[in-house]
Amino acid sequence: MTADLRGKSAIVGTGHAGFGEAHGLTAYDVMAQSALAALGDAGLKLSDVDGLFCTMMEDAMPALMAAEYLGIQPRFIDGTMTGGSSFVNYLTSATMALDAGLCDVALIVYGSNQRTASGKLVTVSRPPAYEAPYNPRYPISAYAMAAARHMHQYGTTRAQLADVAVAARAWAQHNPEAFERGPLSREDVLGARMVGDPLTVRDCCLVTDGGGAIVMVRADRARDFPKAPVYVLGSAAESSHRQISQMKDFTVTAARESGARAFAAAGVTPADIQVVELYDAFTINTILFLEDLGFCAKGEGGAFVEGGRIAPGGVLPVNTNGGGLSCVHPGMYGIFTVIEAARQIRGDAPGMQLDGIDLALAHGNGGVLSSQVTAILGSQATL
Amino acid sequence: MQVPDSTGPDRIFQRALANKEILLPRCDGCGKYHFFPRVLCPHCHGVSISWHRASGKGRVHTTTVVRQKPERGGDYNICMVELEEGVRMMSRVEGIAPGDVVIDMPVTAFVGEAGGAPAVLCKPTEV
Repeated sequence: MTADLRGKSAIVGTGHAGFGEAHGLTAYDVMAQSALAALGDAGLKLSDVDGLFCTMMEDAMPALMAAEYLGIQPRFIDGTMTGGSSFVNYLTSATMALDAGLCDVALIVYGSNQRTASGKLVTVSRPPAYEAPYNPRYPISAYAMAAARHMHQYGTTRAQLADVAVAARAWAQHNPEAFERGPLSREDVLGARMVGDPLTVRDCCLVTDGGGAIVMVRADRARDFPKAPVYVLGSAAESSHRQISQMKDFTVTAARESGARAFAAAGVTPADIQVVELYDAFTINTILFLEDLGFCAKGEGGAFVEGGRIAPGGVLPVNTNGGGLSCVHPGMYGIFTVIEAARQIRGDAPGMQLDGIDLALAHGNGGVLSSQVTAILGSQATL
Repeated sequence: MQVPDSTGPDRIFQRALANKEILLPRCDGCGKYHFFPRVLCPHCHGVSISWHRASGKGRVHTTTVVRQKPERGGDYNICMVELEEGVRMMSRVEGIAPGDVVIDMPVTAFVGEAGGAPAVLCKPTEV
């Protein structure tokens, strides 16, 4: 979105359900529980929702299935599927739809039961025709090749990758909602089972159940709800490819463009951001996105994350809920970057609440580094 | 493998593989190669495409090892090979241990078999 839409919409409710293991529940059950939690947070009812923004891993028309399950008949619907970034992307379409009067209450929602249903990543996407014969393991082979190239080109080390996982765990240890809260050292990560060189199982996100939801309204009524509103100051997307074999430069993502446009719309710079929530499906993601979003120079991401610099007490708080590496990762994590960013601004983060947060960044990644979406959120004071 | 006679870009590529040949599409307009095969040039969006035999000379752009238990077939290599024509594709380096494949290694592409069908594979180039 452009600066014209800066602060035109606000998040007035967030919710989640089924973190970890949601025994006996379907993905749509978890989706609906998340929706109810977010609407409860906003003091609204399902019958108030007239805009639905949803995709799931379950079938080909998930947004329609979700509306049907919830018993609502939305007058605006967006089911754009860009992978895990979809839910950050919906901040843009929800803001546009709200601003244009196409809906008054926007519900962004997701749910998954992938852990208890199958124990592995659920996906409806078919392997790409020119990659499938080689039997890559999706999505890890793609991220492993990006990590290998980054190490080759910039001297990034496995220890630096490991420090991303260690920092995420350190945040998770403060968060009672996080799925993995046990101790984790650099040596633990390096010594864990190698699954796709150079990545061990501890360089990879969790496989959990879980769902999340966000309720948004126009800014003019954002202060009429129980919780402090969190404004969407800027959001922008850039899509570079679908198949990893089509990625032009394995060390540079389209977050460069999405980030630059989100910052321009919000009128702020990386130096202004107080807390950063990134889609950390793998440890290399955090390094790539910190570079591409402008928190450090290209190639310096390894040094930037080293030795607790993005952990509690470090120089930049990153993934303060524990991220997809240690908090929750139900197939698609994107919505949780927005929820944690909003809660840090509202002051009711479930784990370590940072003091005086007015500006936060949430970044979604989809596919295999394919779709990048950046959102900048702010408190009332930032309008 | 029987590949139906057809003029579609994927069919042309697959039929060549079945004949042990690597044919690559090149745009008549801008002169650049592209991969995967398609009905337009992704660089200049021209629609006049012709096919040319690949030299087979390439280099590993990036690589990984899929770790797998021996009883399930053991570890294997996945790589991105950059051919001298300027295109990159997924492939597998054979003839050496999967972990010994390194970035920038010179390789020779050839038509082998993967997933039960002819496919572009690579072997280390003898120097």
